[in-house]
Amino acid sequence: MLTVKHLPTTILALSTLTLPGWLQAATEGDASRGAEAAAVCTSCHQADGSGKHNEQGESWPQLAGLDAGYLAKQLRDYQSGRRQNATMKPFANMLSDQQIVDVAQFYSKMAPRPGQGGESASTEVLQRGRILAQRGDWSAYIVSCQSCHGPDNQGVGTVFPGIAGQHAGYIVAQLEAWQAGERTNDPQDLMGTIARRMNDDDIRAVAAWLANQPPAAELEEIQP
Amino acid sequence: MKLTFSRSVIAGSAFFAALVFAGDQTDDYLTTLTELGYPAPADNQLVHIPPTLKDLEQSSMHPELKRVIRRGHDLFTDTQQLRGENVFNNMNCSSCHLGDGRMPFSAPVWPAAVTLPNYRGKNDHVNSLEERIAGCFTYSMNGKPPDYGSDNMLALAAYHHWLARGVTMYPEQPIYGRGFPAPERPEEVSYQRGEQLYKEKCAICHGDNGEGLRIRDTTVFPAPWGNNSYNWGAGMVRVSSAAGFVKNNMPLGQPLSLTDQEAWDVAHFMNSQERPQDPRYTGDVAETLEKYGPTFHKHSLYGQKRESDGKVLGDHSNTGNKDFLKPDTVRPRTFE
Repeated sequence: MLTVKHLPTTILALSTLTLPGWLQAATEGDASRGAEAAAVCTSCHQADGSGKHNEQGESWPQLAGLDAGYLAKQLRDYQSGRRQNATMKPFANMLSDQQIVDVAQFYSKMAPRPGQGGESASTEVLQRGRILAQRGDWSAYIVSCQSCHGPDNQGVGTVFPGIAGQHAGYIVAQLEAWQAGERTNDPQDLMGTIARRMNDDDIRAVAAWLANQPPAAELEEIQP
Repeated sequence: MKLTFSRSVIAGSAFFAALVFAGDQTDDYLTTLTELGYPAPADNQLVHIPPTLKDLEQSSMHPELKRVIRRGHDLFTDTQQLRGENVFNNMNCSSCHLGDGRMPFSAPVWPAAVTLPNYRGKNDHVNSLEERIAGCFTYSMNGKPPDYGSDNMLALAAYHHWLARGVTMYPEQPIYGRGFPAPERPEEVSYQRGEQLYKEKCAICHGDNGEGLRIRDTTVFPAPWGNNSYNWGAGMVRVSSAAGFVKNNMPLGQPLSLTDQEAWDVAHFMNSQERPQDPRYTGDVAETLEKYGPTFHKHSLYGQKRESDGKVLGDHSNTGNKDFLKPDTVRPRTFE
């Protein structure tokens, strides 16, 4: 039975259901629309979203398979200046709110490719990287990557992106940006705190090891 | 900057045995800890930084012993492999004992190997290391311990003993960084402030409703309350222990970042939420509180009216994800 108390919520619920697509808030992305908007992204991030490790110069991160919410937040942060990158800023500024969620949805649905940049790392370096990624180094209070980035470092929800299979050059650049205070858009400085305790060898080792790991093949539903 | 106190500690005391294997590594830890704001060891304290798995590989112990110790480490850090058998919530041992049970101020587990058998007030008799580990399974894991003498129990005990390598049995000195040292209790604690702080600092990982987070049957962030959390008999329900844990270890990677007041407020809030029943439940919360209040629940909120809504905490027969209340290892000993 509808009572006066329940009526306003009922009307609201009904009207949400019947709203035309263009009126709904830009919260749900559309991957096919995203594909069109992403045309400008491909020269760096590649048509398959795999990005590229560049030994000399800026590496372009793999976007394929990353969480849509994470990607959308990064694009919004480029727009607002919360995340700074000279290359990305003009491209992010081209996107509308709707295009941001569409592009994010598009890349999140793509199959990731193997990460690059860890191929020539020595066994010793990879061993150091593995320990940092899986167990951390508590003598320097560096907690393991997987304690937040999840099992096999394949990502946890919208906040903690998958980093397994990401290009080594990009991981190094980000950790260094956190160290230098040039990247600060992580919640509660959670990544910055750890990055600042890492030395150059730690950073290179963990980046090489992560680049060699399989990215999430298929993101499974988060369990309660 | 290298600190010098740990060197001087080595020089003239019984700590030599504990430090002889570690040396520079201990210095590294102490430098890191004191730079983060933890207290430096007092002159009379026993300082021990346990060996790592790498040290294990390099040791000359029998390969079969190494294998069993590695098994213990694996169980300690992935206790969820015993889910449904011994563990009935989302906890791993390492959820509370950070750094694989090695870290000072995060209830390092090696002291159990050198101070037990000992009398425990919680159950009023002398406990062995195995019985102490069984306690964690009973309360913190809301479960049923592996059988005494079983492969898994022995492997866990062996891991504890390995971590205590070189430490004198029954040390006389107080142990540096033992337990979860509680910050000074503030004059008053606030549920509302704790709730607000939880939303700001904890919920991003532990969830708005304390549910934590699991992916592919692996616990990423443990649940601070609810059916997948520790039960009402776990040490962590003592607000002082929870405040000590939070202050010294949370948010992860940012120890000592909360004020004493904040640590107590958030611990009070967290421990004002429901969780599975205390396995020692008599069928009546008031009676259980009367029985175990003096030795235990005087530090928890069990059986008390919650500040926010007057609900009596622990007044239920919900055992969480398990279909029994008390494992049969919870029993008195008289030695008669």
